[in-house]
Amino acid sequence: MSQGSNGYLLEATGVSKRYGAVVALESASLRVLPGEVHALMGANGAGKSTLVKILTGGVRPDSGVIRVRGKDRKIHSPAEARRGGLVSVYQEPALIPDLDINSNLRLTQTQVEPFRHWIQELGLQEIDLTRKVRELPLATLRIIDLARALAIEPDVLMLDEMTAALPANLTESVLAVVNDLRGGERCTIFISHRMTEIASVCDRATVLREGETVGVVDVADADSADRIVELMLGEIADDMAEMAERPATSQRADGERPRIEVRNLAAHVRLRDVSLKLYPGEVLGVVALEGQGQDELFDILSGAERPASGEFLVDGNEVILRHPADAIRKGIVFVPADRAEALLMQRPVRDNIALPFSAPLRKWGPIRTSQEKPKVDRAIDRLQIDTRAQREVRFLSGGNQQKVTIARWVATGLETMLCFDPTRGIDIRTKHQIYPLLRELAEAGAAILLYTSELSEIQLACDRAIVIFGGEVVAEIPAGDADEATLLRAAHNLGSDAALPEEVLAAAHGADEGQEDVEKSER
Amino acid sequence: MSVAEAPTTRSEWLTPAGIRALFRERPIIPLLGLLAILVAVSEVIRPGPVSLNWAGVMIRAAVPLAILAGCQTMTMLTAGIDLSVGAVASMSGFLVATLVGDLGLPVAILTALAVSAVVGFVNGVGAGVFRVHPLIMTLGMSLVVLGLANVWQLLRVQTGSGVPTEFRQLGANIEFGFLPVSLILFVPLALIIMFLLSRTGFGRLLYAIGDNEVASRLSGAKSWQVLTVLYVISAVLAGIAGFLYSGLTNVASVTLANSALLPSVAAAVIGGTSIFGGRGNYSGTMIGALILTVISSILSSLGYPEAVRQILFGAMIVFVAAAYTRITTD
Amino acid sequence: MSTTLDTPTKTTGRSLATLALIVRRNTWTLGLIGILVLLVVVTKIIQPSYGPAGIQGLAISVFPLALAAVAQTCAVLARGIDLSIGSMMALTSVVSATLMADRSEGFAIIVVIAVLVLGLILGAVNGALVVFTRVPDIVVTLAMLFVWAGAALLVLNTPGGGSAQWLSALTRGPLFSQWVPRAAVALLVIVGIIWIPIRRSRLGISLYAVGSDPLAAFRSGVSVSRTKIFSYMLAGLFSAIAGLSLTATTGIGTPVPGPYTLMSVAAVVLGGVGLAGGTGGVFGPIVAVVILSLLRTDMTFLNVDTNLATVVQGLILVGVVMVGSLIQMRRRET
Repeated sequence: MSQGSNGYLLEATGVSKRYGAVVALESASLRVLPGEVHALMGANGAGKSTLVKILTGGVRPDSGVIRVRGKDRKIHSPAEARRGGLVSVYQEPALIPDLDINSNLRLTQTQVEPFRHWIQELGLQEIDLTRKVRELPLATLRIIDLARALAIEPDVLMLDEMTAALPANLTESVLAVVNDLRGGERCTIFISHRMTEIASVCDRATVLREGETVGVVDVADADSADRIVELMLGEIADDMAEMAERPATSQRADGERPRIEVRNLAAHVRLRDVSLKLYPGEVLGVVALEGQGQDELFDILSGAERPASGEFLVDGNEVILRHPADAIRKGIVFVPADRAEALLMQRPVRDNIALPFSAPLRKWGPIRTSQEKPKVDRAIDRLQIDTRAQREVRFLSGGNQQKVTIARWVATGLETMLCFDPTRGIDIRTKHQIYPLLRELAEAGAAILLYTSELSEIQLACDRAIVIFGGEVVAEIPAGDADEATLLRAAHNLGSDAALPEEVLAAAHGADEGQEDVEKSER
Repeated sequence: MSVAEAPTTRSEWLTPAGIRALFRERPIIPLLGLLAILVAVSEVIRPGPVSLNWAGVMIRAAVPLAILAGCQTMTMLTAGIDLSVGAVASMSGFLVATLVGDLGLPVAILTALAVSAVVGFVNGVGAGVFRVHPLIMTLGMSLVVLGLANVWQLLRVQTGSGVPTEFRQLGANIEFGFLPVSLILFVPLALIIMFLLSRTGFGRLLYAIGDNEVASRLSGAKSWQVLTVLYVISAVLAGIAGFLYSGLTNVASVTLANSALLPSVAAAVIGGTSIFGGRGNYSGTMIGALILTVISSILSSLGYPEAVRQILFGAMIVFVAAAYTRITTD
Repeated sequence: MSTTLDTPTKTTGRSLATLALIVRRNTWTLGLIGILVLLVVVTKIIQPSYGPAGIQGLAISVFPLALAAVAQTCAVLARGIDLSIGSMMALTSVVSATLMADRSEGFAIIVVIAVLVLGLILGAVNGALVVFTRVPDIVVTLAMLFVWAGAALLVLNTPGGGSAQWLSALTRGPLFSQWVPRAAVALLVIVGIIWIPIRRSRLGISLYAVGSDPLAAFRSGVSVSRTKIFSYMLAGLFSAIAGLSLTATTGIGTPVPGPYTLMSVAAVVLGGVGLAGGTGGVFGPIVAVVILSLLRTDMTFLNVDTNLATVVQGLILVGVVMVGSLIQMRRRET
């Protein structure tokens, strides 16, 4: 089959796109060979998602040439891209919430049989096609979205942070499927923040920085990970080493009163029986696979929902929280994973940070700028939020947006902070600012509960970690022992001696470089 | 809006990005420009009438509309709308006209405003506590108000009614040949609304709830409180506008201000308030009300039949709103 | 052994579960039908003589409003709203009445077709304006309300014109049995032949998709703009049929829009169609219209002042929606 003179299956050059004054892409390029799994990497706001959207017709570029099999292509819509064999699985599933799966398949003219085949291949149990999308959990939806894309057998399959919201077992099966796509006539473009995933399934990586392609790295090379990080970060790469530094675990004096204590908390089906104590001055990590009740736990602690049963004590006194406002009054604040849930996208940074100041009924009167402004300024300074360019928060990068959600509570002052996966989909540079901040806040006396889907964060930011499985706390692990393998074992509720099933080991391979090399040589 | 990535900037050639940004930040500038153009047009079409007195007449007609449009602006900021303002304004004017004989003006006014506030309270509780879509809630309440006002009319048919002279002076008089008396009421009212929106915690919460209700909740704002207070304010403003309408026309009727309902929404939209919430301000709305008034004055001075006037009126709303959207959105 | 024993129970279990699912998904419509049945019983009790004649009258009063509600449903499903339905009905009604007055019965067939095409065009104009100006639906259709109403006045300044005999006959009298009004059959047939094929087609799915999540729909390869225009064309088409039905039932054309737009919004909401788009169907709103009309009839039987009837309608609209959202809140809690 002819692939044009240069052999590339997909070739995009000089792609640029600006939104008003914001440059999303500046002469980005991407060249993908047939049969390869190609990583697209870059810090948040580097333009990865924009490039994918351009390649699939979701966004029109200001300039640039896209060639598929050596032929120029103008792609005006996702429908057209699909016909041309370019299909993407986006970060937000492109499934219609009010339609059942059948109708969703019809919408994209997908055959049911191949779809079922891929669903099984991806490790999902048989699913009922008459279920409405709205009734299914996010992880399932992403798998359905992927299976639907695979069923079309596209020439170029693009996966944008495919593994971000997936539990470990599904991540593993997705990676296995992607791995099987290697070779042959088609190609896969793989976007992920997780270096271990890139190392295990990708052949080459194109790195974007600030909308520009800054390099292409052969993943098989020994120092590829370092080079990718170097390219992604530019000047701040050196700082990254410091991140490995472990904070000292503080010893808890006997009889110290916990800031928050919950006993036998239960809600819905998922949260069965959780008890935990959160002390002032500590960062307590929460580890769980997807859907083990952690969402419900955080909703209850933040006052967004009420438990079906169980006790909830703040500073030793039992409380009933009916509304987030009640929690805030008790000094408990919540940083959700989804920034769209926390921010007023059309409002300026300052208004976003100052919002809690005006929330209580007695603060509805005239705004006291003299009291408010210094606090807001201090929070902006402390988190180094870039306020120069934009009047509206929606124009900020993801990392800066997440910083605004935290700055809001730094400005009001906080005693207890509940962070639900605050670094999801955020670039390493911002992560590097968020961990120390959490430590600082804890050292200043705050109690911090941190749920994270990236197990390596536990050792970086926490004093100890609890593991929730099936709606119950199954383990408590001091940070010193909380390496990824241990956490993963606990998250699957396997005893420390129990042998891990092979597929779980494979997902945990990040801890084990040697095994990876063996896998590579086998290929 | 949610498909913002699909149709991208087609209007880039229209105006440089800088000017667009300026318009976006200060939507009042193009609005004033449009108003100036309209005034010039009306002078060209039929030379003569544009004068200080003409300006006074325009402002006098625009004032009650601007108040009703203020109700829409505030409710639209929270992604709501108040379709009961027409019924409430008519009811309030009518109530005063029927009660003033028995109770005296102050008590009649207070009664009318209290009834308005009750309607607003029901709207607010429906929208805020029961989470009924404001469009439905206020639409339903407008039916209720209209029906009750009709029943009241039947009950009072023998006592008769009359618009109090104070209202006529307030709503219709023009001092020194150009200064409508209604400004005495309107200027402080407008200042209060603008202060409320831009300098108070309540105003901040209006924008916040319209922008992202979940985020407001997570920040501790209780939207039912905000919405309840908001719809009470809106209904009371509508009640006040009703006084001006009855004074302006010297008519007390239960359907008097109904025809102002849709223009009040149009004025807020032309003034740059987003019907999706979180964006807009009252200064734009006031200009919007003035623009609509001048447009209908031009149309009637042209001597077109009602049919043509309606068509042109509708076409102009679409045109202005479209031009506005084109200029200000990315 | 155990598997063979299991199979039948499993299938009945599954079909029971499916049934439960169907019931759960259609609670609203089933509830509406329940209310309607209750209301019919109440009507029979307070007015024992209520019979074929009453049902005839009910069907004729329901006819145009139900069509308006279906038109509104088409717009709302795709996350729009059409405030110009009443005006489009007035315009199509006067156009048909003017063209049919003093003309042959055969010519009326051409008129009907022309008016239907006119409806599609009016809807297309609405939709195109919404899509291309990017002005919110509610504002565009609000403005078009004035435009279409003005156009209606231009066509016919005062009520007048006429209707073809066969057209009027379509809506009058019973069919087969004295209990089955021709108007009701006509309504169901018209809505059925237009709606059912659309609902089953990819275009129909797109309509729901655009209403449910425009971005996901776009990414699934649906043309959001085209679907949106299509939804307004459907709304225009049903408005034109509603306009024709006004001409047919009254025998003349009236240029002043009736209260159909706002009532159609009310009926759509009562009928279980989410204003946010993507949920519900045309059946619920039709039932809601019947309920509202029957309620009005009952109140005249009870000698309730018509003004109070308006109050009651408003209260029902607000009350039912409140109950609906309460049920939803409950459901979310459990």
